[in-house]
Amino acid sequence: MRVPGSVMARRRAIGRAFELLCLAATSVGILVLIVLLVDIARRGLPTLTWDFLTNYPSRFPEQAGIRAALVGSLWLVGLTALFAVPTGIAAGVWLEEYARRGWLSRVIEVNIANLAGVPSIIYGLLGLGVFVRALQFDRSVLSGALTMALLVLPIIIINTREALRAVPGSLRDAAYALGATRSQVVWGVVLPAALPGVLTGIILALSRAIGETAPLITIGALTFIAFLPRSPLDPFTVLPIQIFNWVSRPQPAFHQLAASGIIVLLLVLLSLNALAIYLRDRARRSMQW
Amino acid sequence: MARGTIVAPRERATRGRSLRPPLGRRVREWLIEAPLALAALVSIGTTVGIIGVLVFETYEFFQVVPLWQFLTDTQWTPLFSEKHFGIIVLLSATVLTTVGAIAVALPLGLLVAIYLAEYASPAARRIIKPVLEILAGIPTVVYGYFALLFVTPILQAILPQTAVFNGASAAIVMGIMILPMISSMGEDALAAVPRELREGAYALGATRFEVATQVVVPAASSGLMAACILAVSRAIGETMIVTIAAGQSPTLTLNPLVPIETMTAYIVQVSLGDTPYGSLEYKTIFAVGTTLFLLTLLLNIASQWLLARFREVYQ
Repeated sequence: MRVPGSVMARRRAIGRAFELLCLAATSVGILVLIVLLVDIARRGLPTLTWDFLTNYPSRFPEQAGIRAALVGSLWLVGLTALFAVPTGIAAGVWLEEYARRGWLSRVIEVNIANLAGVPSIIYGLLGLGVFVRALQFDRSVLSGALTMALLVLPIIIINTREALRAVPGSLRDAAYALGATRSQVVWGVVLPAALPGVLTGIILALSRAIGETAPLITIGALTFIAFLPRSPLDPFTVLPIQIFNWVSRPQPAFHQLAASGIIVLLLVLLSLNALAIYLRDRARRSMQW
Repeated sequence: MARGTIVAPRERATRGRSLRPPLGRRVREWLIEAPLALAALVSIGTTVGIIGVLVFETYEFFQVVPLWQFLTDTQWTPLFSEKHFGIIVLLSATVLTTVGAIAVALPLGLLVAIYLAEYASPAARRIIKPVLEILAGIPTVVYGYFALLFVTPILQAILPQTAVFNGASAAIVMGIMILPMISSMGEDALAAVPRELREGAYALGATRFEVATQVVVPAASSGLMAACILAVSRAIGETMIVTIAAGQSPTLTLNPLVPIETMTAYIVQVSLGDTPYGSLEYKTIFAVGTTLFLLTLLLNIASQWLLARFREVYQ
């Protein structure tokens, strides 16, 4: 009787050790996040002043700021939303509510899944070849926004489709039974009901657009700019590129500025996500079935 | 698709003429649908655009540089006067950082996935999942900062021969970046394994550890494999971390402690300089881009194929 008992005890002990190992692995992620945030705060908070927000970049770290980058990021994300949000929602609605299950919708579906996995720098090469060179938009905020819109389009489409799919069929049936046309059903009933999920997709997409660096460097966004864009055809820089520029310099004073820039960038992303959660909850509360 | 059980009006209407919607209404419906379809076609246009741009510029590149030289040369010096175009130099750097990142992310990600799917209480999941989502949402330039200014100094303290720019710190941080991807896709795969399999194993007297590692993980293996392949694809295409932390010196080496240059870092390096449009240097970034695109496309397709097979097994 002793032997089976000890075998069982050993098996249990192995199980306990494995559970601890899993827990340790999980805490690595949490730990890294904390270390990352503490390091950024320690380095970046002292130089995060009002002047830092309102100054143009400079060769002298004590005079350098993120004014051009912040305004450039706003331009970029605004224009990207203008292009990507209507297109993404329209494409999602068509695929989910209109398209017959034929070869065309299948091809588009597979294509979108593949596009979501294309590295962002490849989109930069696309933007360079098409928007900057072929269409002659040059290194403008318009080229950047169009490139970024194509990059985030799959995110909006995929999230819109998932949100539409989650709307109960009974809502559609009820609307059809009242004599509504397909478009009345889609735009008057289904889409409003799916709004929380659609909004989440939009915010995810715009967060991605704010944080992306590589494709904008590829289309030639400038790293040093001492003026603000006045039209979509003006050159621009964005916050992540400014951070990249400061990180790449050898002087520690610029590394501090990079950390300050990162704090601003993370705060922008955080407030965007808080807004998303607020809107989602509000939309959800007004919609009950 | 969760469409209702009632037949949609258009199909029903065709049976009786009197029920067919009036012409004006049908035109209006079509006017609404056409732009929507057009929007969906933008995605096809994107793919055509990507392939078109890459093929066009890469073709021009190979008019000057023979494909054989591109594949076999062991130096990469397009920006020097004596030019060499050996993609293997950039490719080896990409492989080195990718393998390093997977070596970090795969074991950790799998353990996290097993913990979330098999062990964690609902309360623990409510804390862990948002944290992982935050990790996944941090811009890569921030990870680059972290690799260069936090991880590299630590590596230098442990191994003094470590250079300021090195593959190791980029790989470690990239591993942290793709961890959430493996853990969340992995958790989905594990959770999709039917409960009957677990119950069967418990009924035979298996412990929780034995059920998790000998029943659930093998049953979910193609889903886990898909997650892993997608993570590799993500690491190959990652740009800012390797550009900032691994350096911009194209060297053919497997030493993780010296500066190297990945394919993506090379594209950034050329883009930051003032390379004249149409020059050979300008075209190199498209040739490198094509290599990168083909690699990631193959991996993505493999991952999707595995996932589809996995879904088939359990439905």
